[in-house]
Amino acid sequence: MYTQPMLESAKIIEAARASGQKPPRLSAEEKKKLLVDFHPDYRESSFQTLQIGPNAGEKAPIELAEMLHSNSLVYRKSLQSNLSCVLTALNRGGASPNYDTDVLIIGGGGAGASAAIEAHHAGARVTIITKLRMGDANSMMAEGGIQAADKANDSPARHYLDAYGGGHYAAKPELLKRLVMDGPEAIDWLSDLGVLFDKEPDGTFITNHGGGTSRKRMHACADYTGAEIMRVLRDEVRCLGIPIVEYTAAIELLTDENGCVSGALLMNMLTERYEIARAKTIILATGGAGRMHYNGFPTSNHYGATADGLVLAYRAGAKLLYQEALQYHPTGVAYPSQLFGALVTEKVRALGAGLFNVNGEAFVHPLETRDVVSAAIMRECGERRKGIAVSSASAVWLDSPNIDLLHGEDHIEKTLPGMLRMFMNYGIDMRKTPILVYPTLHYQNGGIEIEPDGSTPKIPNLYVAGEAVGGIHGRNRLMGNSLLDIIVFGRLTGKNAAKKAREITPGKLDLQHVEDYAKTLAEKGIVTGKASPLLLPDYTSS
Amino acid sequence: MADLISVFFDGKPYAVPADLTIMTAMEHAGFRLVRGCGCRHGFCGACGTIYRIKGDNKVYFALACQQQVRADMYVATLPFFPLNRREYKLEELTAEHTVMMRLHPEIFACIACGSCTKSCARGLDVMQYIAYAKRNDLSACAKESFDCVACGICSARCPSNISHPLVGLLARRLKGKYLTPAAAHNKNHVEEINDGQYEKSLIELTQLSQAEIAALYDTREIEG
Repeated sequence: MYTQPMLESAKIIEAARASGQKPPRLSAEEKKKLLVDFHPDYRESSFQTLQIGPNAGEKAPIELAEMLHSNSLVYRKSLQSNLSCVLTALNRGGASPNYDTDVLIIGGGGAGASAAIEAHHAGARVTIITKLRMGDANSMMAEGGIQAADKANDSPARHYLDAYGGGHYAAKPELLKRLVMDGPEAIDWLSDLGVLFDKEPDGTFITNHGGGTSRKRMHACADYTGAEIMRVLRDEVRCLGIPIVEYTAAIELLTDENGCVSGALLMNMLTERYEIARAKTIILATGGAGRMHYNGFPTSNHYGATADGLVLAYRAGAKLLYQEALQYHPTGVAYPSQLFGALVTEKVRALGAGLFNVNGEAFVHPLETRDVVSAAIMRECGERRKGIAVSSASAVWLDSPNIDLLHGEDHIEKTLPGMLRMFMNYGIDMRKTPILVYPTLHYQNGGIEIEPDGSTPKIPNLYVAGEAVGGIHGRNRLMGNSLLDIIVFGRLTGKNAAKKAREITPGKLDLQHVEDYAKTLAEKGIVTGKASPLLLPDYTSS
Repeated sequence: MADLISVFFDGKPYAVPADLTIMTAMEHAGFRLVRGCGCRHGFCGACGTIYRIKGDNKVYFALACQQQVRADMYVATLPFFPLNRREYKLEELTAEHTVMMRLHPEIFACIACGSCTKSCARGLDVMQYIAYAKRNDLSACAKESFDCVACGICSARCPSNISHPLVGLLARRLKGKYLTPAAAHNKNHVEEINDGQYEKSLIELTQLSQAEIAALYDTREIEG
């Protein structure tokens, strides 16, 4: 339930809505200035210079830099007891690893599941390990939709231009080309697996805009798009009998004498005992980093989104790309506090809800790209002091009731059932009153650099898919392109890793690269007092 | 900070701020969660929770990440409940009338007690979607079960040992694959892409200078 001052401000919105004002789209220069002045990516204090590894000298978010500057979890006492003896015995053939597979997939989200399905169909023995449960991933929480240029007025070139411009011309052209060209087929593949997309009676997909799209190419499953895709993929993985090892984290990659990945050191999250996996090829599908809470932001992300894959790959010598480019989703829940940081899907804006400040002024076109809208909200609540006070600081109104006014009485109930339920649980009826939002940390635009085939340039037999990849989207990702990339690049890496596995004889299982890294940290006198990867955030102290 | 209230986790009392969710209250009390915590925003079903309020005989059900704490609540979490998965290959099934009967015969042992519906943390009419499955009305079952997050509380409460979330999932996949017309426009685009019809326009784009492509981007026509 809203407080009295909130209710009074909300009343002003009703009047403003009636006036129908909608701010014009910004020019390229105006957008640039807004970003430089207000987007956290442009705040020098958010970053630290990396002192070690392939990206030494470049900046990274402070919290990520700290993880990259920390020693491995391997050096935890409980893991040290007899690890070297176990590895020696394994390498002499005197013992077997806990898991021995062709393709090891680290991560049980949408990219990992897509990769597993394709690698399995390509004839490989596949094992998925995931630190929580299969499907515990940001994929499950993607709400608004998945892009694909498959309507008559659309083309992969238009999709490319939207994404390339929206990402500030920084995407790697070969990766982005693959994304848009494989889009329509990805939708077809998902439909064939039984994903229930919103359709017209004749089978035509119901599609909408997202921020920064020039065509309505957002395919959706109400506001459960990611959840619906994820639960179907998870079921398919199980139908295929692919082994899934849950509650098991990869804490380091293992490499052989030639620097090729040969397996992974795992840790049971419940018992904290370690296990060893041997593999011919490995796909890192470890997802994002919202739970690092960069810049102190709340997050829309899953509990396990802690950049583990970036840490593992970096220690093994992989280069990161655009690790400093983060996505703050413009509309995280700002009120009630119980839902703080939760995602309010961009679909709400795509369906016609505008953004208003405390005085009822519409201050930005709601369908600019995410970075621009977020910066505009931060300006409104910060410098301009036109936010609405909430316990976290301040917020702006997202005018949800306009959706039913535009599209008919039950449109919210039909197209945004998840949102409606979430707010109703706290006595807020978004059909009748606007909702309070503020940007929330949502996506890691950058990640590990890959080749167009999904492999890492520096580390043989290592592939990366999903949010852990950098370069597909440039410095800002459009709505609906992440669900698409986990499918497109998940499938691609699955096929390629399976193919590559046929020609590999696994080498030694060794932690030499981890020891080398520790040595360099010591030589440079870098001490953080922490261990990485983080695996899970610690909320017990707050 | 909000007033402190007393909440019981596994029978032991903790003083927690009244504005927290069950999940954040557990963390406030010092539990570092591994099980029973997933997306934290109501989508993944990891945190199915059962509680009673002191002096109230009713048993309540919720997702720990979505439910605000209440004074004197006794909380038990259900991070995992074994569902009975059936082996199937979707492409070998059809949506014919015996599919549910063959794969989930236990639904016909439903005694209509309504425990599943009463216990749904999402407020779904679970018994109704099982009834639709019994009739092999897959579309209705898919629709009614669409918001299911598979927390498993319904199955834990069911006297007939039904794995409700799996019934809904199967109905939705069958509906998606067999009972929904294909999108002709999508198939056309896939074919055109495979024929190489879009290759040239894309290559042309990638060959432009940044200034040229920026000019195209800034002036592109946006569908109304």
